[in-house]
Amino acid sequence: MIRNPRDLVRYNASERANHWMVGICFILLVLSGLAFFHPALYPLTMLFGGGPWTRILHPYIGVVMVLCFVVMALRFAKLNVMEPHDYEWLKNVNQMIDGDDHNMPEQGKYNGGQKLLFWGLVIGMIAIGASGVVMWRAWWTPPVDAVRLASVVHAVAAVWMIGLIIMHVYAAIWTRGTIRAMMYGTVTRAWAKQHHRGWYRKVTGDND
Amino acid sequence: MSSTMSLDIKRRSATTTPAPSARGAHGGEVAKLIDVSKCIGCKACQTACMEWNDLRDDIGTLAAGVYDNPTDLTDQSWTVMRFAEYENEATGNLEWLIRKDGCMHCEDPGCLKACPSPGAIVQYANGIVDFQQDQCIGCGYCVTGCPFNVPRISKKDNKAYKCTLCSDRVAVGREPACVKTCPTGAIMFGTKEAMHDQAERRIGDLQSRGYANAGLYDPQGVGGTHVMYVLHHADKPSLYKGLPDDPRISPMVGLWKGVAKPLAMAALGAAAVGSLFHYITKGPNEVSKELEDEMERKDQEAAEKEAQP
Repeated sequence: MIRNPRDLVRYNASERANHWMVGICFILLVLSGLAFFHPALYPLTMLFGGGPWTRILHPYIGVVMVLCFVVMALRFAKLNVMEPHDYEWLKNVNQMIDGDDHNMPEQGKYNGGQKLLFWGLVIGMIAIGASGVVMWRAWWTPPVDAVRLASVVHAVAAVWMIGLIIMHVYAAIWTRGTIRAMMYGTVTRAWAKQHHRGWYRKVTGDND
Repeated sequence: MSSTMSLDIKRRSATTTPAPSARGAHGGEVAKLIDVSKCIGCKACQTACMEWNDLRDDIGTLAAGVYDNPTDLTDQSWTVMRFAEYENEATGNLEWLIRKDGCMHCEDPGCLKACPSPGAIVQYANGIVDFQQDQCIGCGYCVTGCPFNVPRISKKDNKAYKCTLCSDRVAVGREPACVKTCPTGAIMFGTKEAMHDQAERRIGDLQSRGYANAGLYDPQGVGGTHVMYVLHHADKPSLYKGLPDDPRISPMVGLWKGVAKPLAMAALGAAAVGSLFHYITKGPNEVSKELEDEMERKDQEAAEKEAQP
């Protein structure tokens, strides 16, 4: 693909690196965590050097992910504040899913769905981080009832977030021309005008 | 830990297909019966356990102010005598209730249910629940599964340990080491049926001697246990240093290791497959031709503007 010098920068290098730090950790955590969640997936521990190594590594990767996510969330929180047109967008989301975006209200850098995903992940990260700390036997032994509760919270938060990330990844694949924004940072002007017209106007000053 | 080869396996942790179970315990499942009313607290059972299993715990301290020594189960102490002083208001007597604590070998073992590592916890056809430390990953899930607070994770190797009911001895037709050594015969071993009969006789005897509430502790909340107690106060098991009155696998663990597993897998699978089918039925969400053309025109204009001097 020939990149056009007039393409718009959507993410700078630091934002991209930050996103992929979280992404890589997330993938590793899903693989190692699911291995402990369901017997059918236990063989995934082999990717990490066996059961004990998976048990040792999982929480440390989790700490890295949560720290990187905190930085990323602070960067993007302001852009994800819900506004009236976001609720309007969400009301019409069925048409969007059906493949017809003609009635969708104009969106800024993020649409209502992306913003909901953002806050859904914030909630998930808080729940999974806090419960993970309670379950981390290498460092402390909380009361057993706390560990039991944490185990349930950890599993629910994990499934919640994996579900959101499946949506996140699929939306990026489905909306052609999106993945490059997180790979090398730019999107085409046509992409921006089609999907995020408000943002397009703001960064180009083009109000046609 | 014992070899899984020497006894047949009824249940195996983190395994969804049947364990090798063609051969059954046709001689009957086994049980250990601990008659608390006959225990004198000599701790010979603790010593025999250490001796047979090659365990050496740190020497405890008297400063704990109780006779329990060590004061808790550890990876090196798979059984501990727990001493409780009970002032019986009905009789005005001070009763010394001494309970040999350790794994109860539940018929429905919470540890096995919680364990994520295939085969790290097994239940033999004879009912004994055994940890296979070579398969143990040290996650501590068994601790959350246990209603009796029994498994201990070693600080040395991060593996879980507990009483094996001397599965290695039982496999070759011998009784557990603690049973062999008990000087008063307070610890007995045999088939579960035989132990029930024995308990019945002992309970009848105790009741005739004024312990109206004497009874057997074989809690049904965990499907019964393969270690049972004869208690003088079977109506109040918690008198015996916190023996649970009605032990059950925590509903949290039941939820986490029960319905949550298939539900979560189905939901995530549906999300992934649903996405694929959305793509192939609705097609990708592409930028419109109209906008592409518009931008091409604008690119052209910008290039022309730049070309002008």
